[in-house]
Amino acid sequence: MEDDIQSRLDSIAPLIVEGSPHAVALGFRIDKLAPGLAMMSAPYDESLVGDPDTGTLHGGVITALLDHVCGMAAFGGLGARDTPATLDLRIDYMRPARAGQDIHAEAECLKSHGLVAFVRATAHDGDRADPVAMAQAAFMITKASKAAQERALKAMRGEHPL
Amino acid sequence: MSRALLETLMDAPYVARFGVRLEVKGTELTGVLPFDNDLVGNPLIPALHGGAVGAFLEIVASGSLLLSQPMEKLPRPIDVAIDYLRPARAQDVYARAIVARSGRRVANVRAEAWQGRTDAPVATLHGHFLITPETSDTPAG
Repeated sequence: MEDDIQSRLDSIAPLIVEGSPHAVALGFRIDKLAPGLAMMSAPYDESLVGDPDTGTLHGGVITALLDHVCGMAAFGGLGARDTPATLDLRIDYMRPARAGQDIHAEAECLKSHGLVAFVRATAHDGDRADPVAMAQAAFMITKASKAAQERALKAMRGEHPL
Repeated sequence: MSRALLETLMDAPYVARFGVRLEVKGTELTGVLPFDNDLVGNPLIPALHGGAVGAFLEIVASGSLLLSQPMEKLPRPIDVAIDYLRPARAQDVYARAIVARSGRRVANVRAEAWQGRTDAPVATLHGHFLITPETSDTPAG
């Protein structure tokens, strides 16, 4: 069961990053994926700076990274079949990220049942013990996300063009 | 109003890259996030990335704070809670914010984003921001 989920994660999950134009635009990378656990990073990029005086990355990069990494953890936590949609995302911004540093985020699916998953995540810029931001989120498999997933699977089997 | 700081907010490379605009009419500010393929999170629906919509709401909240009173520095988010109400489609997004309370150090802001109809919001944000209002003994800027 766990092995099944892991093999689906290994085959589908990279597409969720490479197939997501916003994740590609922000340069997101997957560092580790396991059922209910996801680690991703966003490389420092001068074109994504929020405060030119300090060179700090814009909060939006951290918001998107936390949303994405939480979604990946929820996806695995829900069995890696349907991509869930974010219901809500709550973020505490502990401190500004240091200029020039990549952002690393890790998310853990605390609980999932049926269609809903609860996730917690941390983002840091080098030291896990000194987080930049922390997030808590809830995800749900919705009709729209289920329909999208079915279209993707059909397209993969060559039955239906995307 | 802190017009110079509004410009600083909008000149940030990230904000300029994703084409965010703030339209100010009197004391009312409307944010516009023009559709761009780089904002798409899930191309299968297709839906805009939740992070992009969240970041846009944060920018509109900061802009509204700068419009509400003179400040010395850009507002800094302390925490935000974003609710996603429906998928944000591959179209422009608009947003407005309400400053619920603005004290001497902290402000409480609510913002709402919509696409086709204002009565069908795609996402809402509720956040606290650290602010630095201009005081009477600081020179006006």
